[in-house]
Amino acid sequence: MSHHQSLVSDFLPFTWVDGPGNRLVIFFQGCNFDCLACHNPQTIPLQSVAAHTWTVEDVLQRVRTSMPFIRGITVSGGEATLQWPFLVELFTRIKQDEEFAHLTTFIDSNGHVEPAVWEALLPVTDGVMLDLKAVDGTLHTELTGHSNALVLDSIRYLAAAGKLYETRLMLAPDRNDSDEQLRTTAQWLLGVDPLMRVKINHFHAHGTRSPASNWAEADEARRQRNRQVLLEAGVQYLC
Amino acid sequence: MRTRPEEVLAAIREQKYTYRQKLQVLAGLAENLLDEPALGPEAAAALEARIICDMYEGHAPYRARYILPDYALALRKGSDFLELPPATDLDEALAHLLIMYSNVPSITGFPVYFGDLDSLLLPYVGPAIDDETLHRKLRLFWISLDRMFPDAFAHTNLSPVYNRVARTILQLERELLQVVPNISLKVHPTLTSDEYLLDAINTVFANGKPHFINDDLMQHDLGEHYAAVSCYNSLKVGGGSHTLSRLNLKQSVLAHHGDVDAWFASTLPHHVELTGELMASRIRFLVEESHFFDSSWLAREGLISLDRFSAMFGIFGLAEAVNLLMERSGRSGTYGHDEEADALSYRITSSIAQLVAELPLPYCAGNNGHAFLHSQSGIDLDLDVTAGTRIPIGSEPPLLRHLQTVSRHHRFFQSGVSDILHFDDMAVRNPEAIVDIIRGAFASQMRDFTFNLNSNDFIRITGYMVRKSDLAKLPAARHSSTFLGAGSVENSHVTDRALKRVVSHESSPVAGL
Repeated sequence: MSHHQSLVSDFLPFTWVDGPGNRLVIFFQGCNFDCLACHNPQTIPLQSVAAHTWTVEDVLQRVRTSMPFIRGITVSGGEATLQWPFLVELFTRIKQDEEFAHLTTFIDSNGHVEPAVWEALLPVTDGVMLDLKAVDGTLHTELTGHSNALVLDSIRYLAAAGKLYETRLMLAPDRNDSDEQLRTTAQWLLGVDPLMRVKINHFHAHGTRSPASNWAEADEARRQRNRQVLLEAGVQYLC
Repeated sequence: MRTRPEEVLAAIREQKYTYRQKLQVLAGLAENLLDEPALGPEAAAALEARIICDMYEGHAPYRARYILPDYALALRKGSDFLELPPATDLDEALAHLLIMYSNVPSITGFPVYFGDLDSLLLPYVGPAIDDETLHRKLRLFWISLDRMFPDAFAHTNLSPVYNRVARTILQLERELLQVVPNISLKVHPTLTSDEYLLDAINTVFANGKPHFINDDLMQHDLGEHYAAVSCYNSLKVGGGSHTLSRLNLKQSVLAHHGDVDAWFASTLPHHVELTGELMASRIRFLVEESHFFDSSWLAREGLISLDRFSAMFGIFGLAEAVNLLMERSGRSGTYGHDEEADALSYRITSSIAQLVAELPLPYCAGNNGHAFLHSQSGIDLDLDVTAGTRIPIGSEPPLLRHLQTVSRHHRFFQSGVSDILHFDDMAVRNPEAIVDIIRGAFASQMRDFTFNLNSNDFIRITGYMVRKSDLAKLPAARHSSTFLGAGSVENSHVTDRALKRVVSHESSPVAGL
């Protein structure tokens, strides 16, 4: 019996960029950050006429269609954890139901999440992909509208729990990708976990609002430079 | 069409052929001086109208189209004809195989099957042979295959269990980037490891090979000893296919005057019967007139036997047939995009499967006196008609829908069905996703699975590879199949597909290949 409903912006039956293997991904509506570089700004408001109200059963119906081609599902957003009671119910159902139990459950999060929420989610969550916009607090506030204190706490907490699948760095030229910034970031991440898996997501202007829509995108040389700095700083698992 | 003298002179004067390619063309022209095997007036008219098609195999079949010798047996017991004793070590096995290949015919003039090379060679690769030695010996062998049998239809298979030889072969594929051999990997749900699949998928990223085939389904339909040869042709080892004739479903619908039910009730069965007549006439000529099975060393030495042979009944143009029949019913839905159109497509393939299963054919003991159904992936002359049961190029739906639509056809086509999926470069960062999709496809009863990446030098035509850099070198090319590929690139839409790449071909009447 489903008690909760949730507001879903969209879903993809297959995704290759939201966790290990082929996955179904659900984008929830609503975010607690307001990132300049957000490429899905329509998912930020807590309500949207374009969003759909789904029950757990609605999600499972989509999952059934994608099986047996997927190894799991990923919830993304918006910020999926805002709807954590729904996620707990959905993931619990997946873990308990024989039909779905082979699937892994992953969360793509901005990390602005209270420890109590992680505590509720982790028993039924296999991994989290967490975005880190900046280690520097002032820059983080500039880029997202919020402090990064909870984000950094989340990274520590999830790493200690063995549930941090990867940390994702959204890098935009001359915003947060200087050699110095990348070295500081790498140092901080490796201090949490020397074997941290780090993924670079280069900024794309497509879909963003002004002023980010006018930001430059990294060329190939810049991308190579970003990678090189992180590798030299000791990141071993760089995707 | 009968050969005209000026065609012979033109072939002799042609500068784009190598000597060997010229011989092959001249042999085709000589064969076509004869009349085709006799047909009744209706079958002859259907052939003339290209509703049914003989794949331009030639007017007087004198070798079976696809031949799958039992090389394991030949290595074990040697060959009287070739004066070879049993192979006792890896060097002998490799030499004996090359000698045998050069004595194995097929429709292309080259062998279409090299054996399941990993399992063939494993008994000769003991602990005394270290990895470096194995790599060096296999590398020379691999180069020999490409240079001695320069035809992309020459095909090897890899067995389901990961092993040293398979690993070395995949490594060589990534190093050498050759057109030959074509490769299929037999994927078993439990025996084939993720590690093996990932190795193979990374090889596809480099050079577009191997294909992946559903070992469970193949064994169910063909028995334990089977292989995929040429491109997407799954047949019995120790046997093969006498011939491949095909029915153009688009032309069948265009030739039909009446409603949809009448097409199913009368026109389709009639055209299936005419295709059967064409096949029977060609098979009889091969067996009774050319005496292939009485004279071939392969049959004499038990490496092939007539009772493991059958023939292939091909269909193509399903997409156009569905869309035309939908139009006739006043419906606008199209194949791959509409539930009703898809349901109609399954009605067509299941009806044909039943008709073909009941169609008696001579010398087809390999399938209890019947043909194997085949989803024919096209030839380079096909215009305005889609290969086999594929969704037309450029109008493929999203991947999940694509897989769901085509996989339901696969179980009907025991002798192969090709649907080529084109993935973008994102796959390279997540090859595990491809593992998931292959396993899902085979759990959904898909039979053959092929994918391509846009970024490598290889372009896949029907199921065989052509190097983009070789196409640029035309008119002179070392691989016979490159010419066929060039025809396909011009005649279909190979180069302008959005995401998933598909094309057609197998034989061209001009080149006689």
